[in-house]
Amino acid sequence: MNILLAIAVLGSIAALFGALLGFASIRFKVDADPIVEQLDALLPQTQCGQCGYPGCKPYAQAVADGEAINKCAPGGEDTIKKIADLMGVEVLPLDDNHETDNRPKVAFIIEEDCIGCTKCIQACPVDAILGAAKQMHTIIIDECTGCDLCVAPCPVDCIEMRVLPETIQNWQWDLTNIPVKQLD
Amino acid sequence: MESIIERITRGHFWTFHGGVHPPEQKKLTSATPIKQLSLPKQLILPLQQHIGREGKLLVEVGDKVLKGQALTSSENPMAVPIHASTSGIVSAIKNSIIAHPSGLQSLCIFIDVDGKDTWIEREPCTDIDNLSQLDLIKKIADAGIAGMGGAGFPTHIKVNNNEPVNFLIINGAECEPYITADDLLMQEQSEKIVSGIKLLEKLLTPSFILIAIEDNKPNAIKALQDATSTFDRIKVCVVPTKYPTGGEKQLIKILTGQEIKSGSLPIHAGIVMQNIATCFAIYDAVFNDTPLLKRVVTVTGQALTEPQNVWALLGTPVNFLLNACGAQRQQLTDQQNHQAVIMGGPMMGYSLSTDIVPIIKTSNCILVPSKEEMPSAFSDKSNEVECIRCGQCSDVCPSQLLPQELQWSAKAKDYPQLEKLNLSDCIDCGACAYVCPSQIPLVQYYRIAKAEIRTLHQFEVKADKAKVRFEARKLRLEKEKLAREEKHKKAAAARKAAMNKNTPEATGAKSAVAAALARVKAKKAKDKLTDSVAETQPETTKELKAKTPLSNQETPISDEKDQVKAAIARAKAKRLAKTQASQSSDKVIATDLEELPSINEQAQATIETSSDKPQNDKKAKIAAAIAKAKAKKLSQAPHQKSNENQQETKTSPKDDKKAKIALAIAKAKAKKQQQEQLSTLIKPENEST
Repeated sequence: MNILLAIAVLGSIAALFGALLGFASIRFKVDADPIVEQLDALLPQTQCGQCGYPGCKPYAQAVADGEAINKCAPGGEDTIKKIADLMGVEVLPLDDNHETDNRPKVAFIIEEDCIGCTKCIQACPVDAILGAAKQMHTIIIDECTGCDLCVAPCPVDCIEMRVLPETIQNWQWDLTNIPVKQLD
Repeated sequence: MESIIERITRGHFWTFHGGVHPPEQKKLTSATPIKQLSLPKQLILPLQQHIGREGKLLVEVGDKVLKGQALTSSENPMAVPIHASTSGIVSAIKNSIIAHPSGLQSLCIFIDVDGKDTWIEREPCTDIDNLSQLDLIKKIADAGIAGMGGAGFPTHIKVNNNEPVNFLIINGAECEPYITADDLLMQEQSEKIVSGIKLLEKLLTPSFILIAIEDNKPNAIKALQDATSTFDRIKVCVVPTKYPTGGEKQLIKILTGQEIKSGSLPIHAGIVMQNIATCFAIYDAVFNDTPLLKRVVTVTGQALTEPQNVWALLGTPVNFLLNACGAQRQQLTDQQNHQAVIMGGPMMGYSLSTDIVPIIKTSNCILVPSKEEMPSAFSDKSNEVECIRCGQCSDVCPSQLLPQELQWSAKAKDYPQLEKLNLSDCIDCGACAYVCPSQIPLVQYYRIAKAEIRTLHQFEVKADKAKVRFEARKLRLEKEKLAREEKHKKAAAARKAAMNKNTPEATGAKSAVAAALARVKAKKAKDKLTDSVAETQPETTKELKAKTPLSNQETPISDEKDQVKAAIARAKAKRLAKTQASQSSDKVIATDLEELPSINEQAQATIETSSDKPQNDKKAKIAAAIAKAKAKKLSQAPHQKSNENQQETKTSPKDDKKAKIALAIAKAKAKKQQQEQLSTLIKPENEST
């Protein structure tokens, strides 16, 4: 008799919690995959496509689906480390196919060579190029993410990537690099 | 409130956590009066000498400028103008090394001093009481005054607020060793400083004004007490000597017992703090219409024979001051390969990379120590050893942080942890590094980490902006696509509607379409006929012929046969030509590639000739662009593929260059096609890339 009672009580508790969980799974359902948003937040948002995906969000989606985590060249080691932490996987070195120089760069249009073809404008993922057909184009330096995508489409090779100059605003303290000059 | 004042009158103060008592070394300069210097030969005025933005240039190279003339204008409220410190000619406007730990260059105006020291016309103000608050603030802003204690915050912003102010604190603590600039200024100019303070009182209407001076400056205390004896609301507070009493939050804690929370400003607690030197500058700006042109600089250190305070014009190169204070060239070079010159005090200053940097609004001290005095300034390598976890650093930290943990996190570049440990509240005072028995340069690690965190924040802001722009663009492109489709649909519908109307035009069009359809039908039928001719017997052709209305009954069968034969011959010839062409096409491209340099030369030539003939300029430019585009196209095709091609190119003989290039082009083409196919799919296959 006692055993039956125990089964009944435990069974009813199980049923109750089952119902609760079932309710919660419907009531508090999360539509988007939160991991994709989190991954997207870690990526540098250059939208460069060097990973082989058309933008940072698609790559975040791909990583969530099991793509290799070491394809973001602009993010470099730091980003790989963060993604590895988030996904709970091993840190991998950056994919060999990518350049390792990820100093911040911006595109620069050599304006006398520009023929106004608008091809770079179409390529720019963040609308950072200003210009119109048969008018000289120019880069809005503050909006450029340095993604490199405008360089290839240029038919006259008038776009180059330039490393941002070091100024007092973006200078990094580096004790070993302070030059000491002789006074004479 | 009352109790605070009572405590202050009784001489009882609160105390802040930590602090150190380094050797003061103020005796070196505190006894000598401030020296007036002759004019230097050249002044170097950096456009930006304060926190905020640089102003817009008002002068050009070659302009003659007078003393007190504004060189930049400030349209932005955070911009502070700079002025010519003496009369002369602007000899250059170029990048030059400025007083910054990085040793980096910044835009500076170079003035060749003419030695006449001619003033611009000034309007000394005689009727102060009739000046409105706005006039006062405008005068302060136009005089280019920025906080002279160190940070260089624009003063006109600090004094322009509507919040009620309980305490106006005048900071004369000057807690850093060696520096006596404010001390001497208080001794010599106490009346003017008090006048400046009264102007601030007019602007801020505080309940009380506290002048804080450390008890190691008895002469300054006496001078200010004498100058303020007739004013009840101004109290001279003699605070005990401890480093860093002069820190804003620390001094507020000492005087009022209030702690300013992390991330909030003193004004939120009803407190405004100004430096002594700033008060003097405000006096000069308002009463004498004199912009900020000079400041007191302590030039000190045991390596100098005449350490003293000097009135230095802004823009004076440091080496001029050193020479004036008896820097012994011979001795300096002999000591070692270099002589350390420190901008700022021994606790918070930084080594200068060169001694031609100019004095700016915030420079208060130049320290030239001897080797015995400060050995660490002379050695290139650090004597740092491992942290022994003694905890002395956290005992002395005036901001009550955990320097030891900060150090570990800074070394590990764990920036989120550093932010959790409130690194941003570190005031760079250097007390922790001073007491560290392991000689760890703690503050340097924090500075690196702070700069790093700042750049990371900038990147984050930029990334967010890029994301927004990217999504906006995607949305826009989608909208445009939809709009285009919609337009096409509408246009098609319009065409159809026009067709179905019963207007004469529509019927005309209809009949034209009908005629075209009939023609097409007829042609089809004919084709069928000719096809069957090749296979079937003439009888069946006849039958078909009979069925087709348009076929010519009179044409003999032999004629038709001839036609078919001819068609077959044509098709054969065509096929042959095609295969030949495909074989030779690679060759053609290869020869094109060889022509590449010549095309480039052509382009160059056209560019050169174009410079001679301006009327042909545009044409030549276009030609050059076309040539460039061609050259690029040709050079790109093999280049793109070179990576994947490597294995095959290895096996192929070296002399067969043409074949290799042709192969590369073919591969590139194939890849392009593949990529196009891939790009149409949303998910590219990774195996192929």
